[in-house]
Amino acid sequence: MIEAINIRKSFGDKEILKGISTVFEQGKTNLIIGQSGSGKTVLLKSLVGLHEISSGDIRYDGQSFLDLDNTQKKRLRQDIGMLFQGSALFDSMTVEENVRFPLDMFTDWSDEKKRERANFCINRVNLENANNKFPSEISGGMQKRVAIARAISLNPKYLFCDEPNSGLDPRTAIVIDELIHEITKEFGMTTIINTHDMNSVMGIGESIIFIYQGNKLWEGTKDDIFHVQNKELEDFIFASKLFKKVRDNNS
Amino acid sequence: MRILFHLGQYTIFLKNVFKKPEKHSIFFRQIVREIDKLGIDSLGIVMIISVFMGAVITLQTAYNIDMPIIPKYTVGLAARDSILLEFSSTIVGLILAGKVGSNIASEIGTMRVTEQIDALEIMGVNPAGYLVLPKVVAFVCIIPFLVIISMGVGITGGFLAGSLTGEVPAPEYIYGIQYAFIPFYVAYALIKSVVFAFLISTISAYWGYHVQGGALEVGRASTKAVVASSIQILLFNLILTQLLLA
Repeated sequence: MIEAINIRKSFGDKEILKGISTVFEQGKTNLIIGQSGSGKTVLLKSLVGLHEISSGDIRYDGQSFLDLDNTQKKRLRQDIGMLFQGSALFDSMTVEENVRFPLDMFTDWSDEKKRERANFCINRVNLENANNKFPSEISGGMQKRVAIARAISLNPKYLFCDEPNSGLDPRTAIVIDELIHEITKEFGMTTIINTHDMNSVMGIGESIIFIYQGNKLWEGTKDDIFHVQNKELEDFIFASKLFKKVRDNNS
Repeated sequence: MRILFHLGQYTIFLKNVFKKPEKHSIFFRQIVREIDKLGIDSLGIVMIISVFMGAVITLQTAYNIDMPIIPKYTVGLAARDSILLEFSSTIVGLILAGKVGSNIASEIGTMRVTEQIDALEIMGVNPAGYLVLPKVVAFVCIIPFLVIISMGVGITGGFLAGSLTGEVPAPEYIYGIQYAFIPFYVAYALIKSVVFAFLISTISAYWGYHVQGGALEVGRASTKAVVASSIQILLFNLILTQLLLA
């Protein structure tokens, strides 16, 4: 479980996050939704410590992130997997080397054990015959899968995904969403996903928070989201003609 | 004020670069890879430039001291000292600032804008140490060899130019390059080259590491890295010359 307590974050004079509090539960896919520029990525990066927050607190299973010293932070980070918007795979390494990288850095396992674990993760994300390929030689969807495989290689307790299906075709996007959902259940992880894709919201949104101009405006589940009386959230959900049509048909 | 800001940030950056590596086996593997990438790959350009510069220095010296009272072997002596004292360390340093410096800045800068550095940080790896320290160690270790090769090739270039044009007969040139030889000049060149290698690798890595934005900014950082490294090479050349030869 990860708790965000009254998080504020400013860049210079500009306040991006204006006091966000929420709880991201274990074993669930927790979604942060909002328009581009609403502060979703800043919130996600603040949660993992890539941005230092201006005030507030972040708690990982009750332990304040801000109270940790560098060694403790480093240890905690080995429990964190992160899937970046652009995959962030290491260009100079093959698929297998990318997945093996955290194992090489943080375990004293034998070569064979590391290869076994890497292959398990690669197979788990349904990648075949790609071990020796470089990131530039595989498709965007495959790159996302490799990034997921790398993120889970150390069996993390927390998984962060920044726009996991951006730049993917709708079919591949659903496959990636389902994969993240399955992995979350399988490994009992606390998963936080940043997205503005309503298909993801309706597919895997077990717990959702809506961010608008740095404020948390709404919190709920995918089953509640269509019944909310909030102008900003309605504007966001029904921006697509398809969802508008669904709403009109239902009413 | 901007200079002070960068100086402070550069100092903090160096502090992170020189932290203990996470895994020594991986660190040594990276050093070998960087020696190949930064050193061996630069051998070609260093040799080409050295042979031509040696030839030009010899011919220019020969044309300028074309007087009967000055013996011909002086050309060999002047070419040798020019190559040892200045050309093989400083000029090669400036050339490598362009080749190696832009390579380091653009590689690290691209990793920054594609979030690969963030990925390392999330994993608990010290990105500055992991990415930069092997480059610094590799380049500092390999540059003395490049400089020694440059000296040899430069002097050979002078010999060939002098002989082939008939301006400096071979025995005179060979006598000249041995005449009044001061071994410390070689040490002086090597000391300078090691300092230059440190400056090139750390300054270029600094500019690449702090890129913000996209491809355009990576290009700008690469240019800044080359310019800043070159200026520092010239400045430290002056300081080291005063310290070591005065």
